[in-house]
Amino acid sequence: MIVAEPKPIAEVAGLIKAAKHVLVVGCGECVTVCQAGGEKEVEILASALRILWKIEGKDGTIGTQTIVRQCEPEYVAELAKKLKNADCVLSLGCGVGVQFIAEAYLDKWVVPGLNTKFAGGTVKAGIWEERCGFCGDCVLHLTGGICPIIRCSKSILNGPCGGSQEGHCEVNKEISCAWQLIYDRLKGLGKLDLLDVIQPAKNWQTSRDGGPRKFVKEEAMIE
Amino acid sequence: MSAAIAAEPKVAGAAAGVAGARSAAEGAGTPESKYKTGSRLERVLRDGHFAVTCEIGPPQSAKSEKIREHAGVLKDVSDGQNLTDNQTAIVRLCSLAAAVHVKAAGGEPIMQMTARDRNRIAIQADILGAASLGIHNLVCLGGDHQTFGNHPGARNVHDIDSIQMIQMVRAMRDERKFQCGDEIKTDEPRMFVGAAENPFGDPFEFRVRRLAKKVTAGAEFIQTQCIFDLKRFEEFMKMVRDAGLDEKVYILAGLTPAKSDKALKYMQTVPGMKVPDELIKRMAGAEDKKAEGVKITVEMIQAVREIKGVAGVHVMAIAWESIVPEIVEKAGLLPRPRVG
Repeated sequence: MIVAEPKPIAEVAGLIKAAKHVLVVGCGECVTVCQAGGEKEVEILASALRILWKIEGKDGTIGTQTIVRQCEPEYVAELAKKLKNADCVLSLGCGVGVQFIAEAYLDKWVVPGLNTKFAGGTVKAGIWEERCGFCGDCVLHLTGGICPIIRCSKSILNGPCGGSQEGHCEVNKEISCAWQLIYDRLKGLGKLDLLDVIQPAKNWQTSRDGGPRKFVKEEAMIE
Repeated sequence: MSAAIAAEPKVAGAAAGVAGARSAAEGAGTPESKYKTGSRLERVLRDGHFAVTCEIGPPQSAKSEKIREHAGVLKDVSDGQNLTDNQTAIVRLCSLAAAVHVKAAGGEPIMQMTARDRNRIAIQADILGAASLGIHNLVCLGGDHQTFGNHPGARNVHDIDSIQMIQMVRAMRDERKFQCGDEIKTDEPRMFVGAAENPFGDPFEFRVRRLAKKVTAGAEFIQTQCIFDLKRFEEFMKMVRDAGLDEKVYILAGLTPAKSDKALKYMQTVPGMKVPDELIKRMAGAEDKKAEGVKITVEMIQAVREIKGVAGVHVMAIAWESIVPEIVEKAGLLPRPRVG
């Protein structure tokens, strides 16, 4: 999933300062799971902002709506009714959601309420970790299912670097050395020979280095 | 693994008997010579001398005098002088320009190049530029992470890693090819290719296998991370010999003289370094700490010289370049051989 975290409330209040009628929009997918932009977080944030506006003596309204997915136009279209009277959307979707709303409502000022962080998963309640670097050419079959592109701080394909010590990355001890993890896993599976092969320079064209990406699946297209 | 290494033997004349080795005659560019490049360091090593290299840290300014001054002092007591490439990710005068200053002062520059700050386009461009300026030695490195330096907010590159960089530089030299496969039509850069290895990094049992990858990629000499833990280095070298790597690559043992126990204690905290407590204790007990630092380094040189497979030493006197002549002299490594 896409993991995001809420922006500090003071920052959010600043983003909507010039607005009069704000619609806070949640998303029912990833950001609901990582507890950053689901219905619950939308209602809590809206209440907090209403209190803040009241204290500041500011006129205006703050409404709420959570849709199934902000990254699909058919669900984004459901915002039209409530947006009629609003001049600003505060999206608690990921960066994709913010943009899909902005593209759909050209006359509305759309601002992000979250910082979109990474593609990851829940390692335990309340802790999410990064797992995929979206390189567009998966190498996990070579590395025992541990991604060196995003989990190694230097994205080294022939690791580990000299900074790996006692399982930690040189960047800090909170980070596990991906190549130690890869080594341990391949050793356990009896596949250390995989690491003797020199991985050639990667073609990053499938990553963002080829420019913004698009995926087309013709059989899914509707005339 | 070692049998699969297709690298050439380090002494070109010793090709016979080493499985999978190529003879020097097959080397591109200089078919008649056992040397592949114009490097003096290559000559020292291939002629079988115990080599001495050292390190000059370029300044955090555009001032070149100190570099030339250090080079002037170091050129007669060492066979090559490394120019670090923004070490610990702190912005400094670039290693290419520093190498040119060293050359102008009569030294033998060894240019360091990290994968942290440049992509394959910039690295190849700098190699062409360096070769055009008479630089013959290159050390391919990953580079310390930028969070250690003075621009922690910088984006890192790591388009290629150090092993892929070694492959690229060797292909430029021996196959006259850019990384993309395009031909280098004339005047290919002919670098004597070095790399680093850290015997004190983890997983320890994998370090030698990774070294083998560097050798397969085409590394011709290796400069190790600073050695303070001699026992672990001896273990490392035994694994190197067991893999037959000492026959395929010149290993220069990295040594750093410390000025105080405080400096050693600091180095103990640097990721990838191991400093035994006894050494810190010894230094703390010394009256003249700088003299003790020199003494320890000289003892270390003598110890690593006894280890089979060690082809030289790499003295990294960080911000203490002026002490190198004394160390080299006391270690009995003067005069340096006159080659080329």
